[in-house]
Amino acid sequence: MEQFFNTFFSWEHFRESLPSVLRGFATNLSLMFVAEACVLVWGLVLALLRGARSRALAPVRWLAIGYIDLFRAIPGLVLIYMIGFGLPIAQVPVFGDFSQYQLAVLALTILYGAYVAEVYRAGIESIHWSQTAAARSLGLSQGKTMRFVVLPQAVRRVIPPLLNDFIGLQKDTALIGVIGVLDGFRRAQIYAGSEFNLTPFTSLALCFVVLTFPMTRFTDRLLKRDQQRLAARR
Amino acid sequence: MTGDGHFLELRGVEKRFGDNLVLRGIDMDVGEHAVVSLIGGSGSGKSTLLRCINALEPVDAGTIRVEGQLVSGPGVDVDRHRRDVGIVFQSFNLFPHMSVLQNVTLAPRQVLKLSKQDAEARADKLLERVGLVAKRGDYPDSLSGGQQQRVAIVRALAMQPKLMLLDEITSALDPELVAEVLNIVRELAHEGMTMLLATHEMSFCREVSSLVCFLDNGLICEQGPPEQIFTEPTNPRTQAFLKRIIAAGRL
Repeated sequence: MEQFFNTFFSWEHFRESLPSVLRGFATNLSLMFVAEACVLVWGLVLALLRGARSRALAPVRWLAIGYIDLFRAIPGLVLIYMIGFGLPIAQVPVFGDFSQYQLAVLALTILYGAYVAEVYRAGIESIHWSQTAAARSLGLSQGKTMRFVVLPQAVRRVIPPLLNDFIGLQKDTALIGVIGVLDGFRRAQIYAGSEFNLTPFTSLALCFVVLTFPMTRFTDRLLKRDQQRLAARR
Repeated sequence: MTGDGHFLELRGVEKRFGDNLVLRGIDMDVGEHAVVSLIGGSGSGKSTLLRCINALEPVDAGTIRVEGQLVSGPGVDVDRHRRDVGIVFQSFNLFPHMSVLQNVTLAPRQVLKLSKQDAEARADKLLERVGLVAKRGDYPDSLSGGQQQRVAIVRALAMQPKLMLLDEITSALDPELVAEVLNIVRELAHEGMTMLLATHEMSFCREVSSLVCFLDNGLICEQGPPEQIFTEPTNPRTQAFLKRIIAAGRL
């Protein structure tokens, strides 16, 4: 029993490893903010391409659908590994010169863009076509109808599922240690490797809990509020 | 203006949804300043016809011209066409995420490129007319049905359309709210606004219309001045329809 506590909850190791773990976790934090911003934009682009209705854009639509299906099927760890090591080795122009941190952002954006595109799409499709009819009948173009009438309403509706995906993204930032970014996981691993003690992982887990827990609560509350609003309308 | 001088001219307009032929060849002429009512049972094609005129639905055959300009079929700049043709819907369709003022100024600002001040001045003037200027900052959810529909009319008028299409605009309203909306339509008619309205309000239709068209099964069965249609209809279907309306106490 004492062995168990020493392995995971050693006060000494906690104190000693915490600065390093926190420094690593700061990398996770910055990575999640940058990636979330990129995902918001990229997911929207994908959703708009996927929803394009004109015949001329049909190939683009199929590409978007293929992209979304593909990257929702690939495990995050596999994708991060392939992009983080593969692009530099293959000397892909531009991307091959990215730093590990930038490649990590790229991988998470590619991955979560696919999820978030589907969230956006659900939101856009949930807006009744009569809203589009009203906007178009006033002479607004398709683009302006999307921008001023459909998207503002759609985005409001999808904030809870969007936050849900972001919780997933935040946790997946811990995967980028595999490509050599010195994040919380990697630093905890280095410490644990030399000291043969897993307490830094406990501290790292705690960091994620402190960050994610309020967000899950908040998302649940938003979802509940939406359901009540829907129920009230019926 | 070209052609034979009709403001709005429909020739052989057909529309189908799948196997269902909803409009089977509509011919219609609407002169400038005319108020034309479309009456008929539900499913007779009234709403579809209005949507086709606004290019919200593409027609499958026939032509629609406004001031001699072809506005149906491929290659037509529908956005340009819709600036001149306002439509008001049965279910209001206000933008719920925008205030009354934003609802009314969106299209003038984005389409006509009016400045914020100009668009708001125009909106306030119209809202004043319908007695809703005090509600300019409110959101549609907080308004009554009648108020929402008045805002929807103002939203269409803010584009200064040459033609207004009204699609059963009082059908979703509680009876006591109908008058406040019809009063505005009456005023517009007196000012000479060209209007085409689908309606179930027979006495109102009789009062404001210059021409009444009875639609049945996708065709105009009978048309004429309201006095003739309502007192001595010649077509047996018109007679049967009006009999049912009278029996329902709607006339």
